[in-house]
Amino acid sequence: MSDQNVEPSTEGWFDKENNIRKVLRVLFVACAVFLVVDIVYWATGYDKHPYLKWETWPGFYAVYGFVACVVLTLAAKYILRPLVKRSEDFYTKGGDDA
Amino acid sequence: MPDSISAIPPAFLYLLGALLMPFLRGWLRQTVALAIPLVALGNYFLIEKGVHWQFQLLDFQLILGRADGWSLIFLNIFTILSFCGILYILKDNKALDLAAGLLYAGSAMGVIMAGDLITLFLFWEMLTLGAVMCLIARRTERSGAAAYRYVLMHILGGVILLAGLMIHISSGGSTEFTQIELTGVGPWLMFIGFGINCAWPVVGAWLTDTYPEASFGGVIFMATYTTKTAVYVLARTFPGEEILIWVGVIMATLPLLYAVIENDLRRVLAYGLINQVGIMVIGVGLGTALSLNGTAAHAYCHILYKALLFMALGSIIYRTGKSKATELGGLWRSMPVTCAFCCIGALAMATPLLCGFVSKSMIMSTAAKKGEFIVWAAILFATAGAFYQVGLKVVFRAFFSRKVDHNVQEAPANQLIAMAFVAILCIVVGSFPHSYLYTMLPNPEASYNPYTLSHVTDQIALLLFAGLAFALLIRAGLYPAEVRATNLDFDYVYRKSGKLIYRIFDFSLNHINRIGKTLFVGGIAGGAAKIFDSAPTRLYLAIMQPVWKSQGLTVEQIDDKREDTYREARRGAFPIGITAFLAVILLALLALFTGILNAKS
Repeated sequence: MSDQNVEPSTEGWFDKENNIRKVLRVLFVACAVFLVVDIVYWATGYDKHPYLKWETWPGFYAVYGFVACVVLTLAAKYILRPLVKRSEDFYTKGGDDA
Repeated sequence: MPDSISAIPPAFLYLLGALLMPFLRGWLRQTVALAIPLVALGNYFLIEKGVHWQFQLLDFQLILGRADGWSLIFLNIFTILSFCGILYILKDNKALDLAAGLLYAGSAMGVIMAGDLITLFLFWEMLTLGAVMCLIARRTERSGAAAYRYVLMHILGGVILLAGLMIHISSGGSTEFTQIELTGVGPWLMFIGFGINCAWPVVGAWLTDTYPEASFGGVIFMATYTTKTAVYVLARTFPGEEILIWVGVIMATLPLLYAVIENDLRRVLAYGLINQVGIMVIGVGLGTALSLNGTAAHAYCHILYKALLFMALGSIIYRTGKSKATELGGLWRSMPVTCAFCCIGALAMATPLLCGFVSKSMIMSTAAKKGEFIVWAAILFATAGAFYQVGLKVVFRAFFSRKVDHNVQEAPANQLIAMAFVAILCIVVGSFPHSYLYTMLPNPEASYNPYTLSHVTDQIALLLFAGLAFALLIRAGLYPAEVRATNLDFDYVYRKSGKLIYRIFDFSLNHINRIGKTLFVGGIAGGAAKIFDSAPTRLYLAIMQPVWKSQGLTVEQIDDKREDTYREARRGAFPIGITAFLAVILLALLALFTGILNAKS
């Protein structure tokens, strides 16, 4: 089976900081492109057939996606975790678990 | 009388297969296990729309085959997935695992093809047995304990459902499996009974508690059948109940918070599962033709991509024995193909050209059209959050994240083929919805086109910025570190309160007992107690003795076995499988007798 957590003998593509930067750069560019596309819709008055007026605001989906994820993460980290975190053997120690 | 002569009830086919598994060996077992879903697929195409396979039991009409738009789309995906699941676990050729998968699939198909509530209930209880077998198939102490908790919760759910069913029928309700008005005790109990299997908030804690303890392949069947069967049943019995909208909103959003801080990646997927089932429940609650189509379509798509994700993690467990984020990372190096499939599974949650994109949006559109802004925003949040939290996190933590090398092999060929099959379906369903998925929807009059230019670009923007948030939070060190921990959930109630309940019962019952003893000392009570005490054991022996005889055991050997059984029963050390089996039989008998009594009165 496995030799666990051994440092890899050879450096792979994803191990190089340079390549990770490249991936991130592609992500940034893609984000920018789709933000621009949405602004173009708004500027040209392109009919999105929206159900709700928010959908026509430029960058609504981008901002919503970003903010939703940041809020989700920070709420889980700073609110939920302090409330519910227990030791890993919480249910097995003491022997009163089914 | 069957009106379609060539097709047979799919549930029977699978149950036959499951029964055969222990008696077959080697390649023969593998062939039969794989042949069952293939035959079932052929059988699926023979089933014509209409009502088939009806039987008369006392005053009740049992209908084993109601084939219409609703049941056939579920039967379609259940059959396809059973093939992929069996193929995935085929290599190890373990009778228990294969039988569990077949039994599970068969019971789920029994439920969705049922045309009356009694048939529904019988197959509903069998689902629990399938799940329990998937749990004990992991063959660890933890999985055994999880199986025990699973049984407890589902027996509770089954009893609530049974009580509701009996009250509903005895107060003049029909046994027909159709829309029921949510008024009165009976329908409410049934509603809650269904809800327990649907993993509703609070009562659904069993799901994230037990799924991560299942065998590497068993969890695929668990993730596919139980909750989706419950969604199907809710959609047929209680469509348009407004309370379901809000139940769904809670399911779709809150579990994501847990997914952020959870370390076990299969549990992360389990939270994601509840989140997506929540969206389906919203669709049922909205209750329009389009939203119900959305529920059916999303169940179909979710089964596909969730199975793919669970398969990818299953292969990781198969090779490394690990499933926790703190122990994984860097697996793209040794398991690149599995990694690619996992990425497809994550993208399939919501990306255009993949399956999740064409299903969820029907429910969102309905919410918007009905002016349910909060519901619409919640589904959008759930979409972005699930992709970000479940998809990206699982892929990143399992395959990238750290420079560790597990030095393991790629997943075995059968697992890769199963994953490839599901991945291709994710792409086909997502890319050609009008020629495949949409042709099967239960309400063909509600048309929908997901591929408008702005819908595609908006969705991509949403997901890209979710990805951006993930990348920036990780780089900035703000993303919560994966730590080894237990996060309290509602399973606490039944896992930790055991002692308290024991003390309460100990105190109260012992007092009652003492009073009873002084009033009622005598042989009758003692004798009756003995009978009930050993009833399950006697029942078990009555079934098993002919089986032992047929296996060619001698009289002495059978006597030994009987002694062993009594001894184990006294110690309370019955294996979980047997306990579950007996509980199901007892419940079925209870249902039958009550039915008889009701029919007579």
